[in-house]
Amino acid sequence: MKLTLPWLTEHLDTDKSLAELADKMTALGLEVEEIVDPGAPLEGFTVAHVLSTRPHPDAERLKICTVDTKDGLKEIVCGAPNARGDIWGILAVEGLRIPASGEVLKKARIRGVESQGMLCSARELGLGQDHDGIIELSAEGLEVGMPAACALGLEGPVIEVKLTPDRADCFGIAGIARDLAAAGMGRLRPRSFDPIPVEGPSGPGIRLDFMPEQRQACPLFVGRRISGVRNGASPRWLQERLRAVGLRPISALVDITNFVMLDINRPLHVFDLGKLEGDLTVRMARPGEKLAALDQRTYELDAQTVVVADDKGPQALGGIMGGEASGVTEATTDILLEIALFDPMVTARTGRRLGIESDARVRFERGLDPELVMPATEYATRLILEICGGKAGPSSVAGEMPAWRRPMSYRPAALQRLTGIELESGRAREMLLALGFEVEASAQGGQPHLDVVPPSWRGDITTEACIVEELARLVGYEHIPETSVHRETSVGRPVLTVEQRRRSLVRRVMAESGLFEAVTWSFIPPAQAVLFGAASPILKQNPLNAELSAMRPSLLPNLLSAAARNYARSIPQGGLFELGPRFKGAQPGEQVWGLAGLRFGAAGPRTWSQAPRLVDALDAKADALAAIEAAGIRADAVQVSAEAPVWYHPGRSGALKQGPNVLAYFGQIHPRVQQAFDLDAQTVAFELDLDALPHPKARGKNRAALETMPYPPVDRDFAFIVDGDREAESLLKSVRLVDRKLVREVRLFDVYQGKGLPEGKKSFGVAVRLQAADRTLAEAEIDAIARRIVEAAAKHGASLRQ
Amino acid sequence: MEEQLDALKATTLAAIADAADLRTLDEARVASLGKKGKVTELVKGLGSVDPSERPRLGQLFNLLKRELEEAFAVRKSELEAQALDARLRDERMDVTLPVRERPVGRIHPVSQVQEEITAIFADMGFEVAEGPDIEDDWHNFEALNMPPDHPARQMQDTFYLAEGAAEGIAKGRPLVLRTHTSPVQIRTMLGGKPPYRIIAPGRTYRRDSDLTHTPMFHQVEGLMIDRQTHMGHLKGCLTDFLSAFFERERVPVRFRPSFFPFTEPSAEVDIGCRRSKDELILGEGDDWLEILGSGMVHPNVLRACGLDPDEWQGFAFGMGIDRVAMLKYGIPDLRTFFEADLRWLHHYGFLPLDLPTTYAGLSR
Repeated sequence: MKLTLPWLTEHLDTDKSLAELADKMTALGLEVEEIVDPGAPLEGFTVAHVLSTRPHPDAERLKICTVDTKDGLKEIVCGAPNARGDIWGILAVEGLRIPASGEVLKKARIRGVESQGMLCSARELGLGQDHDGIIELSAEGLEVGMPAACALGLEGPVIEVKLTPDRADCFGIAGIARDLAAAGMGRLRPRSFDPIPVEGPSGPGIRLDFMPEQRQACPLFVGRRISGVRNGASPRWLQERLRAVGLRPISALVDITNFVMLDINRPLHVFDLGKLEGDLTVRMARPGEKLAALDQRTYELDAQTVVVADDKGPQALGGIMGGEASGVTEATTDILLEIALFDPMVTARTGRRLGIESDARVRFERGLDPELVMPATEYATRLILEICGGKAGPSSVAGEMPAWRRPMSYRPAALQRLTGIELESGRAREMLLALGFEVEASAQGGQPHLDVVPPSWRGDITTEACIVEELARLVGYEHIPETSVHRETSVGRPVLTVEQRRRSLVRRVMAESGLFEAVTWSFIPPAQAVLFGAASPILKQNPLNAELSAMRPSLLPNLLSAAARNYARSIPQGGLFELGPRFKGAQPGEQVWGLAGLRFGAAGPRTWSQAPRLVDALDAKADALAAIEAAGIRADAVQVSAEAPVWYHPGRSGALKQGPNVLAYFGQIHPRVQQAFDLDAQTVAFELDLDALPHPKARGKNRAALETMPYPPVDRDFAFIVDGDREAESLLKSVRLVDRKLVREVRLFDVYQGKGLPEGKKSFGVAVRLQAADRTLAEAEIDAIARRIVEAAAKHGASLRQ
Repeated sequence: MEEQLDALKATTLAAIADAADLRTLDEARVASLGKKGKVTELVKGLGSVDPSERPRLGQLFNLLKRELEEAFAVRKSELEAQALDARLRDERMDVTLPVRERPVGRIHPVSQVQEEITAIFADMGFEVAEGPDIEDDWHNFEALNMPPDHPARQMQDTFYLAEGAAEGIAKGRPLVLRTHTSPVQIRTMLGGKPPYRIIAPGRTYRRDSDLTHTPMFHQVEGLMIDRQTHMGHLKGCLTDFLSAFFERERVPVRFRPSFFPFTEPSAEVDIGCRRSKDELILGEGDDWLEILGSGMVHPNVLRACGLDPDEWQGFAFGMGIDRVAMLKYGIPDLRTFFEADLRWLHHYGFLPLDLPTTYAGLSR
């Protein structure tokens, strides 16, 4: 909301500077966002009096004006059609910066005649779009040399305040002044709400027609007829004031309603009584009713909408907007002023449903001061009579003042208990009184406390904690004692759960192995959700766009999209991973911590030291194993089997398992899936559910003793020839199991296929290390184990290469 | 015999001196001192000399042998040194070649900053709590003192789930993507006994997308409830946090009254900054930058969680993780956080072993 300093000081008698007032407003919770002084750019511009003009000798359209200025008579060349003798304008002299263009005015010769300054148009001064001629001021009260801002009647500095939704009372400038006065920034100057004598005829009858349970929708409605008004343009001060806070002046009557709304936070409405038929009824709209509103749109109404209707039908949306047909025009002479209370909830719902964000709605849905209805009627009437003339009739009141008094109890200790601020209870009482609370000291029930009633304009005060906030605000949050929070023990305990700690470790291991951590949306296009196993995707009801409408069942789709984007940006290879939620169901808690990663393109950068190759399923397997090992599971406890979801290449993918449980899937991405993601680089990926991985058994902190084994190890290499489709793992495992004690290590050091081998065969080079804990192995013993190794391998169809 | 010895000595020393490599030297050694070498052969002749001469000649022999052995050893080490020098002269590589790369990835700034925040609050005894991204309306709004039609609900544009929408609404609990991490407060309080001291980092969602808003972002919630925690503690806790997080002796911090439905009194927290044309400098200057919302947990929220507000009290706060990451590390555009652009991740990401701790420093 915007207000101006002169407007504020009409409500607040203060000797504080603008900066002090603004700082205090922010300190009170009325955050000042910006202060703009529209007069500031006009510094140095002054009033000048054009005495006479004569034609420019060399230019038909130019005139040479003789102008009385602060520096005496000057000759100014001017092309404005309205430049003539005896008008008052605004003069810019050499060296001033013209607000609209930002350029500094230089001395100029125009067609051979020197111009000693410039007479300005409204547009040049940044005061509007008018550029048809120079500004013409009405001579009244002007003097040559007067500052332009003053002569133009510009409002002073404009303060923009960001109001929180609870402070409904501060949507009027009087409310802001009240807070400032309570905080000691000055004395409040209330507006005059004196009753206006009744001199005119009464208006139509007004009836509230609601079912009993809907009565709160409009508990009180006041109408007042004012006849014989003239609805021309409003006076300049009013126009300037409205313009300064961002409203467009329309006509005197409309401007007055806007002024009262901003001034004392009381929205009003004015009907052209000549356009109403019969009495008025305030009621719920009937199905099928429509209203063409003042915003030039037609709304279809429902039974939840409060309308003000005449015999013809709805003429206004209660608390939101008036109707076009009954609005005031320049021809209006007879009006009905409406001042009513509409229910915040009903107003909010209607406004939301119809999509109307009017200034009235903003105020009604936050709650208005019910006690202000009658005073505001008098205030608005007085302004109308002053500006538009006419005679006021009696006020017709329908309904009654709703009960708003909420007596509450306040324990003075609460302030210190909740904020740490110490304040004498006498001061607390004074502050509450200054804010408009009714306060009585009481000791009923043995504990001293204050019986308080929040003022009628503070519907937001509902609990003792609210009163604490009021006091803390006035004392100032800067006086809350800063108190550090300490742990119970001087050495902190670990605060992460085992899962949290594991996630952090796995994340860093993934990055250390060359993958870049991505954070991507939790949502994906529904088609991708289906592709990645969601039978029926979990959809958002109101997505921002269809592309991001399904909760992701897997982390891979977003990573694949990202890989495609990166590859398309000429990044030929790379790796990404993400650790985050994936969604198995729509209920809270049906999400798991997923980990997924991928690599695309070449395995590593192109370099002199290594032959180039593309990433393959084993790269993904290595990443999955690294994650599993980082999670505390021994890699040798993991088996591999060739099973994987459909988004993997069927022949180049697998699962890492522990017994029957799948720990992770890995493999090359299915070519069709790659196609769906427009991903042209070969891509491999892995995925697992991190928190679902078993936790290693707690074994205490003691490590088993290290066996250094003094007796020498023996290394033997074997070359086995096997069928080309033979899997390595089972063979290696059998070799390992030949002698659990003596076979210390089995390593596949070579896989060969091609020249020198029979068609369809390959050879495995297997290195075995034997070592005994208690003796040097004898030759015979070694030979015996070697024979058993060959026998074990033979069971997998392996024969020794000769 | 003595002449023979002298002659042998002379020829052998000459042979040693002439030996140009280790092999020739060794041949010379075998030829003189070996089993059938000339010196050895001559010793065998000792048996035939006059016994009275034997001791003297024997001594001469030993002398000669030692002398030659030493000469061989000296020459050997000379030749070895020459051979090594020669080898080293040949063994050269281009050490300006680029090394074999071991590519290392990066940690995303959101994760890094989340761990920084965790490290600081852990020092103040806060544990890390978690809650689901999909929430029901009750946990996300109602329990937080935002009944339906509460104007504050319009402050947060909410994503609703279509799933079971009708049935959810019938039960009064439609499903939403949490709009803030505050429902974790509720789950924490419902899930265990006070006192509580938790932070809850996580993903949050709002139906908003423009230059400075993304439909998904990250928040961290804080909650501290016991029998005496008041706003002074909130102020101390957050001031200490902000100084620690921005790694400055003392960051200027301003608390000012504000409004959140779930806190009363409420406070918005600003940090001091200086804005220039294209730079924002934190921790100095006389401008303020809003950085988080906070307050004393509203009595209605405590009641919704079964706590008596006359017995239990404390504060809560919520802060944007992405936002403070942007501020601390000068990352210009929120939207780029979620694009998984490898160039961006490499540039703004963190080395995996850069684990933030309060004892070693949060960042380099």
